[in-house]
Amino acid sequence: MNLFGFTFNRKPKSSTQAKERLQILLAHERGSGPSADFLPMLQRDIVEAIKRYVQVSDDAVGIRMDSIGDVSSLEINIELPVDQKDAAKANKKTAAKG
Amino acid sequence: MSKVIVVTSGKGGVGKTTSSAAISAGLASRGHRTVVIDFDVGLRNLDMIMGCERRVVFDFINVIQGDAKLNQALIRDRRLDNLYVLPTSQTRDKDALTQEGVEKVLNELREEFDYIICDSPAGIERGAQLAMYYADEAVVVTNPEVSSVRDSDRMLGLLSSKTARAERGEEDQIKSHLLLTRFDPRRSGDGEMMSVEDVLEILAIPLLGVIPESPAVLRASNVGVPVILNEKSRAATAYEEAVARLDGEDLPMKIEGEKVPGLMSRLFGRSA
Repeated sequence: MNLFGFTFNRKPKSSTQAKERLQILLAHERGSGPSADFLPMLQRDIVEAIKRYVQVSDDAVGIRMDSIGDVSSLEINIELPVDQKDAAKANKKTAAKG
Repeated sequence: MSKVIVVTSGKGGVGKTTSSAAISAGLASRGHRTVVIDFDVGLRNLDMIMGCERRVVFDFINVIQGDAKLNQALIRDRRLDNLYVLPTSQTRDKDALTQEGVEKVLNELREEFDYIICDSPAGIERGAQLAMYYADEAVVVTNPEVSSVRDSDRMLGLLSSKTARAERGEEDQIKSHLLLTRFDPRRSGDGEMMSVEDVLEILAIPLLGVIPESPAVLRASNVGVPVILNEKSRAATAYEEAVARLDGEDLPMKIEGEKVPGLMSRLFGRSA
């Protein structure tokens, strides 16, 4: 086995995986570290703005941030109460190039 | 000119207190007047590692709150007469530390000491923030393991944004050094532990030293003697060399079972 082990019988070293995982993670964390801090404030402002027109509770708003490749998307879900005019649910989605 | 050096890591258990004790004892052995301060309020341990736990009367918090004079709280080391320990409180919590109080004590210590070593608590809360806030230099203690490296990266971010030097502006930023501890050359050679080069490439700060995993570290803590002052061991030698570099000596880096990091990686400036 060892004759060919050098080329065929070798799993990737776990230390290489450790390094690669860290490089990918830290590239993300360094770039988006401080900018993710605004999400709670954004959520609060959005709820306040909506409250001026309709009655919603604070936990009826869901905010999710995702990034795939070089596109980051911000998804905001607001559940409006049923007795309000129009929709039972408003779904607003914005995608921005990140 | 006195220097305030924070020993920090983010992650717990990587060797901050062991390193603080070894570094301060090493600097004192080199003839510098040195004090080491425990910032881990409520979980005091530096006193045990330094072997002065039964001599604590007043502490850092007593001094900050004006209940004791600084020289009443400083404990002189029995082995080196230019080494002092400022223990912290075991009963109070981190809110007892105030920024003004810390600044006042550090300014007073700057008058008397060449080196002021701040042993940071784990985490990124008040104690850790204040331990680094007034630092001139930082020793980032890291194990060759993913969670430790990630946390060190986070600490480097804080060192370059949430400290007095960072807030003052562009020039004279905190000088950060990497101290890689619990390194096992054999496992690294086998590819089951990241190499020194790997960690340097990720964190991109100058390397102060590599401390091999060694049973001598536990034996030293058992008896309350800094690793450098206890038996002769590879860890002790590695700490001595790291201290010499911290003190400005240009010593070549020799790491068993490892390629010596090239000039490029030693000079690598942090870019991100």
